[in-house]
Amino acid sequence: MNTRQEKLLAFAFITPSIIAIGIFVYGFIGWSLRVSLSSWRGLLPDYTWAGLSNFIGLFQDRRFLIDIQNTLIFTIFFLAASLVIGLLLAILIDRIKWAGNLFRGVFLFPMAVSFIVTGVAWRWLMNPATGSRISGLNLLFDNLGLDFLINNWHTTAPPWGIAFVVIPAVWQMSGFTMALYLSGIQSIPAELRESAKMDGANEFQVFRYIILPLLNPVTLSAVIILGHISLKIFDLIVAMSGKDLRLDVPSIYMWTTTFDGNNFARGAAIGILMLLGVALLVVPYLIYTNRTEIDV
Amino acid sequence: MKARSLPRPGTLLVYALLIGFMLFYLLPIYLMFITGLKSFAEVNLRTMWNLPAGIQFDNFAAALERLLPNLINSLTLTIPAAIISSILGSLNGYVLSKWKFRGANLIFTLVLFGMFIPYQSVLIPLVQFMQRLGLYGGIPGLILVHVIYGIPITTLIFRNYYASVPGEVMAAARIDGADFLGIYRYIMIPLSLPGFVVVIIWQFTNIWNEFLFAVVLTNPANWPITVALNNLAGSQIVEWNVQMAGALLAAIPTLIVYVLLGRYFIRGLMAGALKG
Repeated sequence: MNTRQEKLLAFAFITPSIIAIGIFVYGFIGWSLRVSLSSWRGLLPDYTWAGLSNFIGLFQDRRFLIDIQNTLIFTIFFLAASLVIGLLLAILIDRIKWAGNLFRGVFLFPMAVSFIVTGVAWRWLMNPATGSRISGLNLLFDNLGLDFLINNWHTTAPPWGIAFVVIPAVWQMSGFTMALYLSGIQSIPAELRESAKMDGANEFQVFRYIILPLLNPVTLSAVIILGHISLKIFDLIVAMSGKDLRLDVPSIYMWTTTFDGNNFARGAAIGILMLLGVALLVVPYLIYTNRTEIDV
Repeated sequence: MKARSLPRPGTLLVYALLIGFMLFYLLPIYLMFITGLKSFAEVNLRTMWNLPAGIQFDNFAAALERLLPNLINSLTLTIPAAIISSILGSLNGYVLSKWKFRGANLIFTLVLFGMFIPYQSVLIPLVQFMQRLGLYGGIPGLILVHVIYGIPITTLIFRNYYASVPGEVMAAARIDGADFLGIYRYIMIPLSLPGFVVVIIWQFTNIWNEFLFAVVLTNPANWPITVALNNLAGSQIVEWNVQMAGALLAAIPTLIVYVLLGRYFIRGLMAGALKG
């Protein structure tokens, strides 16, 4: 039996957080939306109504269209590579008896490192210079006689340069999908695999028809988590190429147009569009988990 | 039948693949280490993969000279923010798991959404608001921002943690006369000490590594390490070897935490995956 006083106390416990989230998330989103509908282009706020003109302007803006293309290319390659490599590593680790924890630890450590650190290291690894200035992976390939692998990496001509930024992103995040899949695989009862084998299924069939379907929820989680990171990708690209327009994405456009160009209205519009993109991905998932959750 | 002691060819292939992947994951760290340990005289792009002739700390000293104030800024930012975050998360998690009121699940979902938003969609009001509060430019303001935007993940981790405490424990404590605060103080807090470790480590790592809020909300004197490192890397004057040493310096605190307390870090990671 909860007394009235206890209920009040419970509410008092979470009120500060609710107010903070109310202001800093929902209030600020509303405020951003208002800025995105204004004519604020300068250091001083100007809330003159501009309707949807900032949004319409963005969809006629070549830079923004390239940003969307870059984000799509990046997201598709990033998701595909992270899922495939993560699943492969999980299967491999699941099969070995020794050193499983060592491998898991090594594959996961990049998760503890900042995207900025990753970007700084990889911009030297993926240095495109040739001839006497050759370095990084290109130099390594040259030394190993693998010259056919030498390439321009992220400085490759658009639109494919952005696809190479996926390499450091996968380096950083595939350990995460590996960990998700590994816990998924290890939670499958051994009897299930054994009985399928007794029924004459070979290893591949066990994987294809028993394990893989049971991993669908894991894949869904991974797509949501990695997908929203990918749509927001910012620091990694900034650290690798500064504000290079060829690797531009909405988050960088928002940053430069707002804080370098003082075009607050356009910056806010980009922020709102980014939010819409992420919400399309995440909101159905949140509603779904909220509904299926049995009072935990 | 072959001798049992010999591993099967399939097993060897699995290990070979895993070792191959391990080399890929270790490559950047290896390069940062060997570059950092070379003397200035040895540094040359053409020989960047060669091992250092001896162990020198020229590069680390040069990087540290530039980045030490920022490393200190990062510590003064990260430690209080991580601790305050964990306290808030624990309070919220306790109420939202054990003292559910009408609409508690809806509130939880609304809070959780805050974890996914692109911060670009709140950035302009945030800067305006912090300027009006007089918190723009400094570390206290950045702490406040990290604590608030950390509420969703810390609440999620603690809520799941407390939800796993059986209802019988609550009921027994009630019979013994414990009230809302008593149960929190004498049952939940002691039971959730590992939860505090998970959350503090998670927030420490995230805030240490964060860039966007830091670059937008602090002035150069208060830059944390990520902003300073990015600035160093963008500079035409600073040599690549010093940049690499700086990157390693920026990574070392979170790597140490990972090596020592990796188990807890991974638990935070999995908690962030919601129902994973």
